[in-house]
Amino acid sequence: MTNLTQTQVRERIEKNLASRHRTEKLFRGLGIASIAFGVLAVVILFSDIIGKGSGAFMQASIQLEVHYDTEVLGIDQVDDESLTWANFSGVIRQALRERFPSVTGRSDKRELYTLVSSGAPFTLRDRLAENPELLGKSEVVWFAADDDVDTFIKSLKDSKEGFRGRTSDQKAGWIEQLLETGELKKRFNTIFFTNGDSREPEQAGIRAALMGSLFTLLVTLALSFPIGVAAAIYLEEYAPKNRWTDLIEVNINNLAAVPSIVFGLLGLAIFINFFELPRSAPLVGGLVLTLMTLPTIIISSRAALKAVPPSIREAAMGMGASRMQVVFHHVLPLAMPGMLTGAIIGMAQALGETAPLLMIGMVAFIVDVPGGVTDPATVLPVQIFLWADSPERAFVERTSAAIMVLLSVLILMNASAVMLRKKLERRW
Amino acid sequence: MSTMTLDAAERTESARSELTGKKVAVSQAEVRKTVGQPFSDTAKLRMRDVNVFYGESQAIHNVSLDIGRNEVVAMIGPSGCGKSTFLRCLNRMNDTIEGCRVEGELSLDGEPIYGAKVDVVPLRARVGMVFQKPNPFPKTIYENVVYGPKIHGIASRRADLDEIVENSLRRAGLWNEVKDRLDKPGTGLSGGQQQRLCIARAIAVSPEVILMDEPCSALDPIATARIEELIDELRENYTIAIVTHSMQQAARVSQRTAYFHLGHLVEVNDTETVFTNPEHELTEAYITGRFG
Repeated sequence: MTNLTQTQVRERIEKNLASRHRTEKLFRGLGIASIAFGVLAVVILFSDIIGKGSGAFMQASIQLEVHYDTEVLGIDQVDDESLTWANFSGVIRQALRERFPSVTGRSDKRELYTLVSSGAPFTLRDRLAENPELLGKSEVVWFAADDDVDTFIKSLKDSKEGFRGRTSDQKAGWIEQLLETGELKKRFNTIFFTNGDSREPEQAGIRAALMGSLFTLLVTLALSFPIGVAAAIYLEEYAPKNRWTDLIEVNINNLAAVPSIVFGLLGLAIFINFFELPRSAPLVGGLVLTLMTLPTIIISSRAALKAVPPSIREAAMGMGASRMQVVFHHVLPLAMPGMLTGAIIGMAQALGETAPLLMIGMVAFIVDVPGGVTDPATVLPVQIFLWADSPERAFVERTSAAIMVLLSVLILMNASAVMLRKKLERRW
Repeated sequence: MSTMTLDAAERTESARSELTGKKVAVSQAEVRKTVGQPFSDTAKLRMRDVNVFYGESQAIHNVSLDIGRNEVVAMIGPSGCGKSTFLRCLNRMNDTIEGCRVEGELSLDGEPIYGAKVDVVPLRARVGMVFQKPNPFPKTIYENVVYGPKIHGIASRRADLDEIVENSLRRAGLWNEVKDRLDKPGTGLSGGQQQRLCIARAIAVSPEVILMDEPCSALDPIATARIEELIDELRENYTIAIVTHSMQQAARVSQRTAYFHLGHLVEVNDTETVFTNPEHELTEAYITGRFG
């Protein structure tokens, strides 16, 4: 080895070079392949969800001319009490009978009535409550069609026959008739964004779950960010390095790895059973998720604090700044982008969390949109779980649509994390 | 024999073996005793029998030294000899280092520097520091200079602050270069300008002593020359202790020079004496470039 001439050495290098280039190419190829695999998975996931869920944003609606007949309604004035008692389904049935006068048989009529959603009377009630002068008059109203109708006309574009399910030939005939005249068509599904959950797919919306998620995240953010940052600052800037702080550090890291269902049980035992906080409430959900996101925030905040160059600390200290001044004037502003990124990632994690919330009763069937942190509520991922569990075919696309909403909120949060970091980042 | 003295003996032993290899024989007692004139009649800073420990290991052994009023004292010596550690004791910057322990008497104008009752905040306002690497805050030039006056409550009115900024920057010889861009980040300046900004920041609180830890090691010769001029001007108003690796620099800027070796203060003398006629063999070996 030692007696090689320079030419021999060069030859050996040349020989080696080819294989070095080969391994380099191979390594790069592997990298590209794994990225391609990741991108492909994302594309498949998104296209599947969008393909299935985009239909839910359009809802089959039926146009009917209704007559607010005082006799049929059984009221002669419009007030809170009469609106509760008024027979709005009677008005709708009458409108349907007038639209299809040829339908006479008792069972045929009953089938006819299933064209519109069972929530249609409530639409009518809301309209009359808003415009009391309509009493005794007629107007043309769009009603949400029943989910069977919705499923049927949406399936028509895939096959000529369409998916019938419970739809009889007779009913299909009426639907075709209405489609031809334009009295039945797909309109933008506002119900999906304004309603809470419902057993009827055409009346089910994500508003309640969205608000539930919002309140839960607000509680989580308000608690976990200040507590997490304070803990990180203490551990990083003040705490002496000894056995106790080592123990605390190990335990914080352990906490990050605890299965989330365990946090749910803890929340059930402590917050609900011991402190007797309300069940199914975003307050308790937020508390449980705080326990879950705290380690994430503490760990990322500590990393952000560690990344601040010690020369800045020394400079401030050399100027006679107290420890708190060093932290608040110099270290914290520089560490803030990293801390915020950590917090937003923690929040995104909390937004997608399901298991611990099942334990504290946030899996409930919530029709009313929650108005505060103590109202019963559910959250988006739990709502997705509930809908995915429902037998009606129309819930399939609603499940995917809810996933789309959840994913867009997540993308929005992650994008804002990146933007925030870009904006706050300072060079030194 | 206790562990501490054993440790000291070991260090001297290794010093000797290093030196005998270069044909300089020094006895243990000679290394331990400081020769020359470590004391001053007009002492601003007085240090007696200072020992500094990092955990179990001792970094400074029994150092006694005075730094006189309006005097520039240069500290030289090979890497790891403890000169920076010693300098950082003077405004207690070592407090933040885990496991660092300082023993001995240190006083500023007769007031103790170490002690349970001493607050480091006013101490550091009186004893400013300039670091090896320029470390301006990632803020504007203006904010860099007014930071000290603001936190110490020296001034808060805009006009007063403006005056402090101009005075400090003028004294640091930076005013003409930056007066039109005071609102630009201090980190955008060149290395030499940044270091002068750090000096301006230090003198903005009118300290009595300025400690400089190799202030020119990251600068080019032109910037170094500017800083050296500046040190000479600052001597009129301040007491300066400077650590340097450049013997030429020590010779140019200081009145007295202290030579450190392996945590011992070997020799302190007038700068001229140290560089032309050193009393101690170790000093001579170092300045003639036989080791270091």
